Amino acid sequence: MYNGGKIILGIVIFLALAAFPFYGDIGKANVTPEPNLDTPEIRKLEEKKCVEPEEFMKAEHMSLLNKWRDLAVRDETTVYVASDGESYNISLQNTCMRCHSNKKEFCDKCHEYAGVSPYCWDCHLAPKEGK
Amino acid sequence: MGALFSLAAVLLLSLVAYVGVELIGMRSFFGIVIPYVAVLTIIVGVVYRVITWGKSPVPFAISTSCGQQKSLPWINQSKLDNPSTTSGVIGRMALEILLFRSLFRNNTSELREGRLAYSSGKWLWLAALAFHWTFLIVLIRHMRFFANPSPAFVSALESLDGFLQIGAPRLFLTGAILLVAVSYLLYRRLAVRTVRYISLAADYFPLFLIIAIATTGILMRYFIKVDIVSVKELTMGLIGFSPVIPEGIGVIFYIHVFLVSTLFVYFPFSKLVHAGGVFLSPTRNLANDSRMKRHINPWNYPVKLHPYEEYEDDFREKMENAGIPVEIPSAKAPAAAESESGNETNDAEIPVGEE
Repeated sequence: MYNGGKIILGIVIFLALAAFPFYGDIGKANVTPEPNLDTPEIRKLEEKKCVEPEEFMKAEHMSLLNKWRDLAVRDETTVYVASDGESYNISLQNTCMRCHSNKKEFCDKCHEYAGVSPYCWDCHLAPKEGK
Repeated sequence: MGALFSLAAVLLLSLVAYVGVELIGMRSFFGIVIPYVAVLTIIVGVVYRVITWGKSPVPFAISTSCGQQKSLPWINQSKLDNPSTTSGVIGRMALEILLFRSLFRNNTSELREGRLAYSSGKWLWLAALAFHWTFLIVLIRHMRFFANPSPAFVSALESLDGFLQIGAPRLFLTGAILLVAVSYLLYRRLAVRTVRYISLAADYFPLFLIIAIATTGILMRYFIKVDIVSVKELTMGLIGFSPVIPEGIGVIFYIHVFLVSTLFVYFPFSKLVHAGGVFLSPTRNLANDSRMKRHINPWNYPVKLHPYEEYEDDFREKMENAGIPVEIPSAKAPAAAESESGNETNDAEIPVGEE
């Protein structure tokens, strides 16, 4: 090989970069987070349901929150009529977080796992939780 | 023709993933087997290609000179465009790889009032730069699926990328710019007659493939959402070599992964491997020092030479006898002197004789 040293150095750098995802992850247990639904408010509910069905909330909660933000802040609409006909007060702090008062165990668990940093809390006050 | 063929190929690939996952249910095949094969192919393939190039000799110093060569001390050398040192070469390569300096010199030519006119054409450079950089950032952003917790530099990059805070999930600018830039590159191939004339299926296919990858990615993030936690469970399983297929990941994810796998497999065998090749371009990575250092052709083999001195040794006597001048006269010194003077008289006589 001509200029073998430089070329092999290049290959080593390429391999090191390509193998980046594997550093420190081989053999680690693949634990997926489960959001915790055990809060005093949820325990009090007779029928444990969210604003919309679970599957929808799992995939679309951020879109719903964004829609709520636009409705409340820009359109002065404060009532959301869910797909099952029930009405809810549009409020992150007073509706969502009333039941899901455990931000750390509910929101953050998945967000941290998936590397998501929502900008909800740039404006909203995060609920105070006992550490 | 090449464009239609490539478009059809990409649509067919998407359809294969759709049918395979949604109708036949081959989730493990498309979610585990194909990605492993693809990653292995791109890594082994690129290393193989680079080693093959490394084994090819560079017979001549063919560095392209785009500015004043190193010359007399009072003539300014263009150190980056015509480097004569290793550091100059590194600077030139860095500008080439990071900023596409040679593409910046792109010209366009057109007929204006019957005359051929040239002008600077920067759109190709701009779109290519935007495309490559956003593609790199998108690739780095994907590292959030391959480390738990997501690396800090990835989170920092994401917050920068989504700093406009449009919508939720917030819009990543690079994804949008990537799609716009690669679409412009496709448009350019189709719209500029001269470029279309030299475009082949191998030029269109990567463009359509990357457009499809970006489209499925954007669809998956903003429109047809998939359960991101399950997706990360799958990706973390892959890199931990304990693959799992979680329930309930939408088919769009498998289409996206299949198209990316196609890109990975296609990479080492196509023009895409210019990513590695640019480092080994002799016109760029050689210093233009051919007047200072002799570039030895590695092909050179020992050649049996017969220089004039040996020629004279072989034939000195015969030459002297025939009156041909020699550099080193033989021992019979007077003969040499005679032949030389004789020669002069001959030279003088010839024109006279001819007249």
